[in-house]
Amino acid sequence: MSSGTLYDKVWNFHQVKELPGGSTQLFVGLHLIHEVTSPQAFSALNEKNLEVKFPELTVATVDHIVPTVNQQRPFSDPLAEEMLATLEKNCKTHGIKFHGIGSNSQGVVHVMAPELGLTQPGMTVACGDSHTSTHGAFGAIAFGIGTSQVRDVLASQSLAMKKLKVRRIWVDGSLQKGVYAKDLILHIIRLLGVKGGVGFAYEFAGPAIEKLSMEGRMTICNMAIEGGARCGYINPDETTFKYLKGKEYSPKGQEWDNAIKWWKSLVSDSEAKFDDEIQLDGSSIEPTVTWGITPGQGISIKEKVPNPEELPKNEQQIAKDACKYMNLEADQPIEGTSIDVCFIGSCTNGRLSDLQEASKIVAGRKVSAGIRAFVVPGSQKVAKEAKRKGIDKIFLTAGFEWREPGCSMCLAMNPDKLEGRQISASSSNRNFKGRQGSANGRTLLMSPAMVAAAAINGKLTDVRKLLQEENYK
Amino acid sequence: MTQTFPKGEIKAISGRSLVIKGNDIDTDRIIPARFLKCVSFSALGEQVFADDRKELNGNHPFDLDQNKGSNILVVNDNFGCGSSREHAPQALMRWGIRLIIGESFAEIFFGNCLALGIPCMTSSKQEITKLQNLVNGNPNQIWDFNLEELSISNQKESFVLDLEGGAFKMLYSGKWDATSQLLDAEEKINNTVKNLPYLNNFK
Repeated sequence: MSSGTLYDKVWNFHQVKELPGGSTQLFVGLHLIHEVTSPQAFSALNEKNLEVKFPELTVATVDHIVPTVNQQRPFSDPLAEEMLATLEKNCKTHGIKFHGIGSNSQGVVHVMAPELGLTQPGMTVACGDSHTSTHGAFGAIAFGIGTSQVRDVLASQSLAMKKLKVRRIWVDGSLQKGVYAKDLILHIIRLLGVKGGVGFAYEFAGPAIEKLSMEGRMTICNMAIEGGARCGYINPDETTFKYLKGKEYSPKGQEWDNAIKWWKSLVSDSEAKFDDEIQLDGSSIEPTVTWGITPGQGISIKEKVPNPEELPKNEQQIAKDACKYMNLEADQPIEGTSIDVCFIGSCTNGRLSDLQEASKIVAGRKVSAGIRAFVVPGSQKVAKEAKRKGIDKIFLTAGFEWREPGCSMCLAMNPDKLEGRQISASSSNRNFKGRQGSANGRTLLMSPAMVAAAAINGKLTDVRKLLQEENYK
Repeated sequence: MTQTFPKGEIKAISGRSLVIKGNDIDTDRIIPARFLKCVSFSALGEQVFADDRKELNGNHPFDLDQNKGSNILVVNDNFGCGSSREHAPQALMRWGIRLIIGESFAEIFFGNCLALGIPCMTSSKQEITKLQNLVNGNPNQIWDFNLEELSISNQKESFVLDLEGGAFKMLYSGKWDATSQLLDAEEKINNTVKNLPYLNNFK
C-alpha cells in the first residue's frame, strides 16, 4: 500500500468517513459540470427533493455541444439549445456560477477551470467527464464520475470512492525537439496498455516531466484515463506556482504565501512508498501516432503498422480489427498515410502553447489541396490570447479555418464531424470506432505540431523534417 | 410497457443471456456520442450499440430475435473503457440488461453500473470463453445468478464468479444507491470542510 505520496496526503485531507461497504466517503473540493452529464443529475436531485449542498463549490460551463462556427442563440440544433438552456436554468435555480457563451471565460471544462485558477494543488476535483484527470497536473486528485455520482456530489459534496493504488512513472532525460507531451503520453499508454492503469493513480515524475510547462503537464494527465488510470497527477513545483500566480481564483497576498507552504507540504516524500514504479527514458521517444482503434495502438512515426500475427496473443484480435477498420496493411510505414481532415483542439491539446507550436509549422506554408483543416481553441481566453499574438492569422493565411471554442470534433456532438470513411489527423484523445461523428470514420491521434505537418503535406509526416527546413530558411 | 429498474437488495438474477465478443469495447461503441444529446436517459435503450448494429444489419446480438428479453450480458476484457458517460450503462439497462459478466471492466464503467444496481462480475478468460460458447450454443437457456454464492448456473453447468468485496456488500445489502448514506454524514462533512486549508483562506 502506498504511503507518503501526494495521493495519500490529499486523500487523507478529504476523507469524511469509512462507509459500510469498505469504500470511503471522500469530500470533493471542486465540482465541475457541463451540459451533457448534469441534466439527469439535477432531475434526480429534484425527484428526491434535495438541495445542492455547497453551490459555491460547483462551477459550470458549456462545451460539448456548442457549435464552433456560429454561436448565436438559439443554436440551430434544437437539442443542443435545449441542453444549454437546461444547464442555465439548473445553475440559476441552485445558485451555481455558470461560465456561458459570451462570458469571456467559457471553454472546454478542462481548459477553462485551470486558466481561471479554479484548479489548485491539494484539491479533489470531480466532473462528469473522464478527462477530469487533466487537473491532476496541478497536484490535485482529479477524476471523472458518472451522472449518479454527479447527483451525489451535488447533494452531499462527497462521493463513495475506493482508494486507488499509486504507480510512479519516472521519466528521465528530456524530450527532443519536435517531440511533445502528447508523444510522451501516447508512448506511455503504448507501453502500459489501455487497461494497465485500472486500479491505479499514476504519479508522473522525473526530469522530463519537471521540464514540461503546465500545459504540457495537463496533456499528460488528461490522457491518464486512456491508459486505464482514472487519476493521474504531477507534484506541484515552481512551474505550478508561477502558472497560478495572479489567476482570477488564485489566493492573493498573505493567503498566497500560506498556500505555497501547504502546497509544498503535499509533494510526495522522498521516502514515499509506491505500489508500483516504472522508469523510462524521455530522450529516446520519437513523434508518436496511433494507427488503430484504441489509444494504446501507437507507434513512432518511423515505424510500420504492426503485423497482428507478431503481437502478443491477447492483442492480436483487436489489432486485426484495427487494420481492417483503418484500412491499413500490416508492415506498411505509417509515415505517408494520406489524410482527409486535420483537427487541432480538444481538452488534450487546445491550449495556447499547442496552437503556438502548431503555428510554427504552418507559418509561411499552405494547407495541401483537398485537406479540410481547422483549429478550435480550447477556450475564449485561449482564442483571445491567440488572436492578440496573431496566431489566428498564421493559420488562416495557411488555409486553416479558425473556429470558436468547444469540444468540437474530438467527439463530434456538435456539427463538426468526419464524413463517411474520412481519416483525420487529430490532436484529441480517442481514436475509437465512430468517435469523430461518422460511424466508419477513422482517427489518427498525434501532437498538434504533427497535425499541422500532416495538413501541410496532406499525409502523415515526421514534424522534425519541417522543423529542419525551418533552419535553412 | 413500463420497465422496472433494479431496486434494493440484488441477490439473484435469472434469465437468458447474450454475448458481445471482443476486448476494449469502449463507451463510444456502447452509445455513440450523438445520442448523448438529451436531457433524460429515457430513450437510450433503443440506441445501445447503434453503429455496430447498423453495420451488422439486423445480425447484431442486440437485434437477434432469440436475444429479445435477455437480461444477462457476457463480455470479454476491459469492457466499458473510455468516457465516464453513465449513458452507456443506462442504455444497456434500458435495453433490459441487469447483470454483466466479463473478464474485466473499466473502472468508471464498473462504478456507474454499481450506482444503477447492475453487478459487473468477473471470471477468467477460459471460463468466460466457455460460458460465451454455451450461451451462443443455446440462447434459450435460462441462467441463474446467485450473488451470495458468486455463481451463475443452469441445471448442468456452473461458473464461479468474482466481485470485489465493497461492491458485493453494497449490492447484497441494497445500499448501492449511495446518496442517502452520504447525506447521513452531515456533521463529518462539515468537519472535513473546516480542516481544508483552501476552504478556510489558507489560515
